Amino acid sequence: MNIKFFISLFLCGALLVGGIALADGVANLRGGKDIGTEPDAPAVGKIEDKDLKRVRNYPEQPPTIPHDIRDYEVTKNANKCLSCHSRSRTGESQAPMVSVTHFMDRDYQVLATISPRRYFCNQCHVPQMDVKPLIENTFVDVDELLEQETSGND
Amino acid sequence: MTNSISKVWSLLVSIWQRANRPAKYLSIGFLTLGGFVAGVIFWGGFNTALELTNTEEFCISCHEMRDNVFSELQSTIHYSNRSGVRATCPDCHVPHNWTDKIARKMQASKEVYGKIFGTISTREKFLEQRRRLAGHEWERLSANDSLECRNCHSAESMDITAQGSRAATAHQQFLFTGEKTCIDCHKGIAHELPDMTGVPGWK
Repeated sequence: MNIKFFISLFLCGALLVGGIALADGVANLRGGKDIGTEPDAPAVGKIEDKDLKRVRNYPEQPPTIPHDIRDYEVTKNANKCLSCHSRSRTGESQAPMVSVTHFMDRDYQVLATISPRRYFCNQCHVPQMDVKPLIENTFVDVDELLEQETSGND
Repeated sequence: MTNSISKVWSLLVSIWQRANRPAKYLSIGFLTLGGFVAGVIFWGGFNTALELTNTEEFCISCHEMRDNVFSELQSTIHYSNRSGVRATCPDCHVPHNWTDKIARKMQASKEVYGKIFGTISTREKFLEQRRRLAGHEWERLSANDSLECRNCHSAESMDITAQGSRAATAHQQFLFTGEKTCIDCHKGIAHELPDMTGVPGWK
């Protein structure tokens, strides 16, 4: 008996178990539909465009974008966000200025302009859609946690 | 050399003498009507040909337009939107008024030169020229107060209560007062932008 035999035996077993699991109908991205039928595509949500700030779920959360950003170009060539949110443009646009943390390089040295590592806005900031969450969310706000703690101590 | 020049000269002189002589056999009615019919044909032909060059089909028959600006347009709201009304190339890039249109068409003859000599025959060449070419369009639209935008979007018909509050405020403050024109804020709405370093309003 050599080691190759054991490995192939193990792989065979794994395949068998996997096959049984699939046949049992494990949840998949096709939503349980078999391969021959086309599942209905979920409706595409609408971007929430109310221009109202949303409450952050925790202090460090990058604020979500309260407006539509269709076709706003953020590339090496151009940054449409900054044409309203950059320091020099906020007077005209009355938009919130990009936070000063975005001027810092990785050594917390404040630069004169937006730091390159913070340039691509929608890496962190995203608009929201008016849709139901796909799965239940058990997130608890930190204020609620604090309240629970103080009331528990009493 | 002098011989050929004098030959051409004498030809020109004989043509002039023929044209200057009163008609010997043709009646005045034939000449008048004939001139009228010929005028209709030439004028109609000219305008038809002009209209033919004023279609999107004509624009994207060249790969320079089809593969660069047209393909970029297709994802934007001026091509794909909820109501299916869309702008074609000449709607934004050619004035609708006749005199302005002819002026623009004469300028555009430079584009024929560009096509023949392959000024933007590859994507790389196009991207290199993009800042200059976009600049021409920005200049044209600021000079004519964004005329081509206003062919469809009139400030008078703009119901700002139906707009987002951001847009409503900006339009009231800058558009209605005439302080700015459409292109001042709405650059790059239909095509990708060039390197915007140094363009006012961008950073």
